[in-house]
Amino acid sequence: MEFLSYLISGISLGSVYAIIALGYTMVYGIAKMLNFAHGDIIMIGGYVSFCAMFYLGLPNIVAVLLAVIVCTVLGVVIERLAYKPLRSAPSLAVLITAIGVSYFLQNSALLIWKAAARVYPPVVEGSMQLFGGKLTVSYVSLLTIAACVVIMIGLTTFVNKSKMGKAMRACSEDKAAAQLMGINVNATISATFAIGSALAAIAGVLLCSFNTSLMPTTGSMPGIKAFTAAVFGGIGSIPGAFLGGLLLGIIEAMAKAYISTNLANSIVFAVLIVVLLVKPAGLLGKSVTEKV
Amino acid sequence: MTQKMNKFNSLKKTTKVDFATYLGVIVVFIITTILQNNGSLKRSAIGLLVPICCYMSMAVSLNLTVGILGELSLGHAGFMSVGAFSGIVASQSLMGAIPNAPVRLAISMVVGAIFAAIVGLLIGTPVLRLQGDYLAIVTLAFGEIIKELINCLIIGYDENGLHFIFNPAGNKTVDDLGLSASGTAIIKGAQGATGTATIATFTAGFILVMITLIVVLNLTRSRAGRAIMAIRDNRIAAQAIGLNLTKYKLMAFVTSAALAGAAGALYGLNYSSLQATKFNFNLSILILVFVVLGGLGNIWGSLIAAAALTILPEALRQFADFRMLIYAIVLIFVMLATNNPQVKAFFQKLLPHHRASAEKED
Amino acid sequence: MTQKEKAKLVPVSREPALLTERDADKSPVLECIDLGITFGGLKAVDNFNVTIGRTEITGLIGPNGAGKTTVFNLLTKVYQPTHGTILLNGKDIHDLNTAQVNRAGIARTFQNIRLFGDMTVEQNITVAMDTQMHYTMPEGILRLPRFWKEEHVMHERAMELLSIFHMEDLANAKANSLPYGAQRRLEILRALATNPSLLLLDEPAAGMNPSETAELMENIRSIRDTFKIAVLLIEHDMNLVMNICEGIAVLNFGHVIAKGTPEDIQNNPEVIEAYLGKQKEA
Repeated sequence: MEFLSYLISGISLGSVYAIIALGYTMVYGIAKMLNFAHGDIIMIGGYVSFCAMFYLGLPNIVAVLLAVIVCTVLGVVIERLAYKPLRSAPSLAVLITAIGVSYFLQNSALLIWKAAARVYPPVVEGSMQLFGGKLTVSYVSLLTIAACVVIMIGLTTFVNKSKMGKAMRACSEDKAAAQLMGINVNATISATFAIGSALAAIAGVLLCSFNTSLMPTTGSMPGIKAFTAAVFGGIGSIPGAFLGGLLLGIIEAMAKAYISTNLANSIVFAVLIVVLLVKPAGLLGKSVTEKV
Repeated sequence: MTQKMNKFNSLKKTTKVDFATYLGVIVVFIITTILQNNGSLKRSAIGLLVPICCYMSMAVSLNLTVGILGELSLGHAGFMSVGAFSGIVASQSLMGAIPNAPVRLAISMVVGAIFAAIVGLLIGTPVLRLQGDYLAIVTLAFGEIIKELINCLIIGYDENGLHFIFNPAGNKTVDDLGLSASGTAIIKGAQGATGTATIATFTAGFILVMITLIVVLNLTRSRAGRAIMAIRDNRIAAQAIGLNLTKYKLMAFVTSAALAGAAGALYGLNYSSLQATKFNFNLSILILVFVVLGGLGNIWGSLIAAAALTILPEALRQFADFRMLIYAIVLIFVMLATNNPQVKAFFQKLLPHHRASAEKED
Repeated sequence: MTQKEKAKLVPVSREPALLTERDADKSPVLECIDLGITFGGLKAVDNFNVTIGRTEITGLIGPNGAGKTTVFNLLTKVYQPTHGTILLNGKDIHDLNTAQVNRAGIARTFQNIRLFGDMTVEQNITVAMDTQMHYTMPEGILRLPRFWKEEHVMHERAMELLSIFHMEDLANAKANSLPYGAQRRLEILRALATNPSLLLLDEPAAGMNPSETAELMENIRSIRDTFKIAVLLIEHDMNLVMNICEGIAVLNFGHVIAKGTPEDIQNNPEVIEAYLGKQKEA
């Protein structure tokens, strides 16, 4: 029973990672950049929903929607201002810019909301008792898992079926060729950042509900871990990000429960390293060999 | 020798540049020492001298991996951490045997370098087969692992030698070491190293920077450096001319780790208290920012960027809370200005005499 | 099974060698026996049997997609052959990787030029001599006498090699700043710098004008004569191939469809068909 409870908490934590990783992987797939600011958009999503609920007194669902809208706009604006001018620049330059954006968001949050951690009450309260009270599952956990599955299915359908989704896949294969086929590459990249940031906002709300706390550095570590999850599953692959996120969450929860709280992150990272050494392109990634 | 050197046009040219670099560092060291001695430097500035030397050395050594070898490493702080804590352990436990602080400092830095090199070898051997972003994420992962492992270490020293406890559950304390009455604890788990004798000096920092420069520059100008750059420029062609990729990649990676370890030891011995969490992902990124802003493969640039970007946040102290925000904005603008074609062209119009040099970079 | 035992078990080449009289009494530099590779069921190269004499210039021709570059990739172990044997100087190279094959004596150029772009022309050549240098990393860092001595020797050798193509003045130029033709020539020199016994040239004349091609032809011949090495080249310029090659193998759909002297090949109906398609009876 104890195991089951750890497993559920692992799956719901993994679901949060998966939602963040989906955003990461989409942006990486299309812009071929490690968007280190992605984790901080999560944090912004958390603060926006927090303010909407407590200062404006808006209903939870409206607060979440507001967070999604703000983050979507923020994501697109960041892409336009900071990343688009560097589209032909070396990838390291883009990486450092992303790090700059990450610092910028963190320090803006620090100025606006101060360093002290805020208590973030879950967006949905309460929990469910199973097996005659032996197993308690919070509604937030259930909501997180459900949200993750819905997002995963929705995103897969969108990318495979819709016109924009097809444009995204074309751009991730070859931007120049996509442009020649009449695809608006800039609009497609913006749309990708919009979707990724919207997902980050949702992840932010769920993550803060899960941790019941919020501060300017809230997004950093989950951001890095979600990125790890995306690489773990095979970066650029949507099912890969989903699988990677879930596995990462489960491994982390199990490591915390049964091995050591202090070494939980190390165990997660060690598993990642082993997986990459065995499958260098991640679990579901395609390995690309250079043509000679 | 001079006659021989005349024949090497290319070597001669690079040797000149190298000696200019050494000379520049020496001049800056002398000026700073004079300023320090006649009291022109503020206390806060003096406190920055050793860290700046460490960061310079870190930046130059990371440039060997990122600029010369062309592999992105996001875990350089991990090697610094290994060097710092092994250096602290060496220094604290040798206190009785070697009372002379400069000698003990030198030995500790060598110990730090050796331990970091061993860790670099252990990490590099399996992971250097990976490339690009995958290698980046794995080095990041190793940096985090090193941080957590050191957080679980409890180390003490008494007349019977060193005592270790590995404490993953977090339930053990210094008392479990079983030290004798005369023994001292050196590293106390998550509390880190406390009560360290701060024997780091600016002169040691200067020597460290000089050694780092000589190692990295001379390595780059030797056959190993050429092979490493060849692997960066074209892996397949490098194999086709018979280069052993693993050997040379490891050579660059381990050298880089060893230098970071020495820098870490100096850094660690500059503070009486130090936690492993100091050497986190953000520090790795900070060093990477020095390297990228200074220019990949540009050793001079790494030195200047490391110094400038360590001083900048301090200089912005009057802006208090805004300083990191300004730092972030400066970072983004510099990247845009140096990498965006339109912005670059705009700046070149403003500074016509810089056009030639800017075009050369392309 | 040790390397030696394996070499003993290798079947003797059944094909008549493409040997010129000059090399007839010497053992061949390269023997390919039933060499082939399959990519997911597709036989990219099959039953490739070619023998190359010690100082011979051999041409490998065929229509686009015939598998010519794949043969180079097999010989240099970029791909591991799925069947067959490669004997280099009589030794099986089955267990060697790309770098080891190079040290054993095969050097190559690439169809899409692969220079070390950010390094100077001279560095591009001296780096290829790495396996002939002996000073260690600490000797290099401390600049001990052996560093100066070997660097000096290699510098002189690099200049000698550059003089083949009259490129001494470009020694300190960055490789990717060179014009296309010079880049192709530099790639040949870099390959030569590894002291090969067999030089593989992948379309050396691609993108060159007729006078450059004519000069290149002379250079290839003089390289062979000076260094006493064998050359195997892929080329679409028939004028060049027919002029300098002593033996030619024609590849189509991964199979050798003809082998022989330039005259044999020019008159071979199967070759004409492969290149021009089946001609109707006039």
